[in-house]
Amino acid sequence: MSASIEIANVTKRYGTLTVLDDISLSISPSEFVVFLGPSGCGKSTLLRMIAGLEDVTEGMISVGGQRVDTLPPGKRGVAMVFQSYALYPHMTVHENMSFGLENIGVAKKEIEKRIRLAAETLEIAHLLDRKPQKLSGGQRQRAAIGRAIVKEPKAFLFDEPLSNLDAALRGRTRLELAQLHARLGSTMIFVTHDQVEAMTLADRIVVMHNRKIEQIGTPMEIYHHPATRFVAGFVGSPAMNFIPVQRITQNENGTAVDAAGIGNLDTAIRLPTAFSSQSATLGIRAEDISVLSPGQSGVPLIAEVVERLGDRTLIYGRLSDGTKLTVEADGRNEASAGDRLEIALDASAIHLFDADGMAHHPEGE
Amino acid sequence: MAESYRRGHPGHALFILPYLTAFVVLLAFPLFWSIWLSLHKVDLFGPGRFVGLTNYTRVLADPVFLQAFRNTILFVALSVPTLVALGLFLALALNRTTRTTSFFRGLFFSSSVLSVTIVTLIWRFVFIPRDGLIPVIFEQLGLQPINFLSTSGWSLFAVGVATVWWCLGLPMMLFLAALQQIPADLYEAAALDNASPWRVLRRITLPSIARTIMLVTIIQIVMQFQLFGQAQLMTNGGPNGTSRPLVMYIYETGFIRWDVGKGAAASELLFLIILCAAMVQYIISTRKPEVRE
Repeated sequence: MSASIEIANVTKRYGTLTVLDDISLSISPSEFVVFLGPSGCGKSTLLRMIAGLEDVTEGMISVGGQRVDTLPPGKRGVAMVFQSYALYPHMTVHENMSFGLENIGVAKKEIEKRIRLAAETLEIAHLLDRKPQKLSGGQRQRAAIGRAIVKEPKAFLFDEPLSNLDAALRGRTRLELAQLHARLGSTMIFVTHDQVEAMTLADRIVVMHNRKIEQIGTPMEIYHHPATRFVAGFVGSPAMNFIPVQRITQNENGTAVDAAGIGNLDTAIRLPTAFSSQSATLGIRAEDISVLSPGQSGVPLIAEVVERLGDRTLIYGRLSDGTKLTVEADGRNEASAGDRLEIALDASAIHLFDADGMAHHPEGE
Repeated sequence: MAESYRRGHPGHALFILPYLTAFVVLLAFPLFWSIWLSLHKVDLFGPGRFVGLTNYTRVLADPVFLQAFRNTILFVALSVPTLVALGLFLALALNRTTRTTSFFRGLFFSSSVLSVTIVTLIWRFVFIPRDGLIPVIFEQLGLQPINFLSTSGWSLFAVGVATVWWCLGLPMMLFLAALQQIPADLYEAAALDNASPWRVLRRITLPSIARTIMLVTIIQIVMQFQLFGQAQLMTNGGPNGTSRPLVMYIYETGFIRWDVGKGAAASELLFLIILCAAMVQYIISTRKPEVRE
């Protein structure tokens, strides 16, 4: 019930407009992979191409070792949960679940067995006789997942299935999806633009941007070793700080970076000799910057906005040269807007990005 | 300002006055007046004489009325299902956006904008013996020509063909509008569910437009019961009254023989028949409502 998925050199064009450019990706059986990216990056298109709802312009898609991109959607052995759920409005939940099985001639007894099992798993047994319009958002969600489960597909495809739920329900459903994946052990692909969903659900995240895959990696790899400046800025909240680099000096321990408004920092980053400081950027996450206690001296920062989130405090300020910087302090920090603070940057958590946005990280991490 | 907006203001009634006037003068008043007329012996030259339900018993005992009633029922029973089925078929066939389908949508709808005189003129050219289109085709095929306009049985059929041709645009457009309301992802879900085109039509498309099918049926029943112009101009109700519809009977009774009371009684009966037909459809449609997500 779980299969590998192989995407080889897939390109999608609408006329002269290219929406996916030479995408290759291997997904192992039972893996939970999340396609993460901003709107219009092509992630949903890629999912729909796997489902068979969009044609493949070039390249090949295989599910469980069998080439599927020439097959109609129903013959690919995948099940999809749509963003809008796409439940058949005039059928009951039971009929919604049985429809696909009846179409391929599954025996009545078997259909009933599968529906009963799925309904128990999803706790929707009491809703089977209701029509979608009589269900709440969360219940519709479960019905849509149930319709996918009964097909016992080789892979599940989720197209932003949590985006229509309110925040509390989204958190709960996310947890249940993770449990469902653990229980079924199926291959799952999940499309979202929500990095929290991606970080919490994924075995591996595929970050997509501008028709291409930016990075494939585990959530921690993506977070701590972003491959590009785009990934670094897209994943993580608040977004990573980027500071223009003025001068770079390579030494035997790594690189000394002179960044605008910060001064010199010794890092353990080893750069290729061809690296140019021209248009290079230093990246550091808000949590890797600390506010020094009064009396200590560091890099001066003028606080402009202070957000208190209870467990932590976000300070949005400006460095002496006007560069914007976000700092994460603990929840008890008493800074307020207009204050002049002294801050320190954790040199071991610094990333350098070249003019093309390619990232370089400290060694030994 | 907000207060008056919420509560309404007597002056606001002025805005509906123009329509209300037209409605009362042209619809409500004539309806009640015709009920009053149907209970009187009237000949337009003097005040009527109250005769109770006599006009109704006269109408119901009139073999010409009964024949017209049978003709109309037969006409509605044949033309309405044809209009619904053909309209649905065309809508399904043209439910995509290409140049060709847009052209055909326009073409099929274009007949609806013609007046009844043009429509009947065109179809007289088609049916007229010897030089008409159909007699010519029959001749080419070596078939025995049928005089569609003056053969009992065929004359009502000819009126029906012209009517379907004339009225097909509206059902097609209403069905097209309904089909375009069906969310595309339902069809995508069905594709992933391995549904055959026939299963998609029966289990997804038709249930999704059930209410529109009912609406089109009611509209067409109401419209086709009022058949008049086509029959009047193509066959004049003949031969032997076999294509005379109820409205033509009412017209002849009231305005040719000037038996206004009897004509009014017949029109009240027609009103009741249409009302019943519409009510039956309405009850059926509200019992099984179309479900939308």
